[in-house]
Amino acid sequence: MSISTAREGHQYPPAHPYQVSREAIREFATAVKSQHPVHHDVDAARELGHRDLVAPPSFAVVVAQRAEAAVVQDPEVGIDFSRVVHADERFTHHSPILAGDTLTAATTLDRIRVMGAGAMVTTRTEIADQDGASRCTVLSSLLVRADEEDDETGGGRA
Amino acid sequence: MSIDISTLEKGTEIGSREVALSRADLIRYAAASGDHNPIHWNERFAREVGLDGVIAHGMLTMGLTVDLVSEWAGDPAAVVDYQARFTRPVPVPDAEDGAPDAPTVTLTVSGRVGAVDVEAGTVRADLTVTLGETKVLAKSQAVVRL
Repeated sequence: MSISTAREGHQYPPAHPYQVSREAIREFATAVKSQHPVHHDVDAARELGHRDLVAPPSFAVVVAQRAEAAVVQDPEVGIDFSRVVHADERFTHHSPILAGDTLTAATTLDRIRVMGAGAMVTTRTEIADQDGASRCTVLSSLLVRADEEDDETGGGRA
Repeated sequence: MSIDISTLEKGTEIGSREVALSRADLIRYAAASGDHNPIHWNERFAREVGLDGVIAHGMLTMGLTVDLVSEWAGDPAAVVDYQARFTRPVPVPDAEDGAPDAPTVTLTVSGRVGAVDVEAGTVRADLTVTLGETKVLAKSQAVVRL
């Protein structure tokens, strides 16, 4: 399978809105071993001036990946998901994600850099709330590893 | 917030901690995050796609790491920017004996101030995450608004 760069710059339709629940925040915070009370205790969050529970800084990936899936599943891009490893991630928070938010994520395929028979695919996902305010920008790069048999440059590695 | 930005300078230590991981932690993260890629829980599949075995989600390592900064800042909402590159995999073997959720690897997380912008009221924390002697993240940086 080979990667096509024709879709560079393409913006995919937004994913179905994601409603941020207290339980999702607590479950995610527990999974990343974060005991900070603003992730778990509503009163503690309010004491620090927040409307409700605060999502951990990397929680936005949960919302973003639902939109990013459109890129991985796009046959015109041609990503073999079994050969994908995550290369980098960046969250720029315009305001913190809180329980009670309804968030919409839309992904743009920013860049495809072909490397031998593999490629680095970089996406930008804009997360906005129910009022249309921009809340978080998520940059993510996937390394699609070359299939050793196809790779004439010898670049296939984990 | 309790930190006085004027007391910070490049190199100021913000702390360190060890984080033990088990296969159960990977499954818990898969459930919480919705990332069910089988390379994070199935040994056979991981080997079939050319890995040496099951590896942790890069996003789990990233998520665990930033908590050091959240605690230091006093409020996780102060983290306005957070990035990392996943440079080395973190293999998490199944527990061979004892409890099924017994940790099989330990990551060491530490952080220092990388830059201070008094005018903007922001501090960049540079984080180091190692598995033994190997750094598993590169350019792991969190910007905190104090």
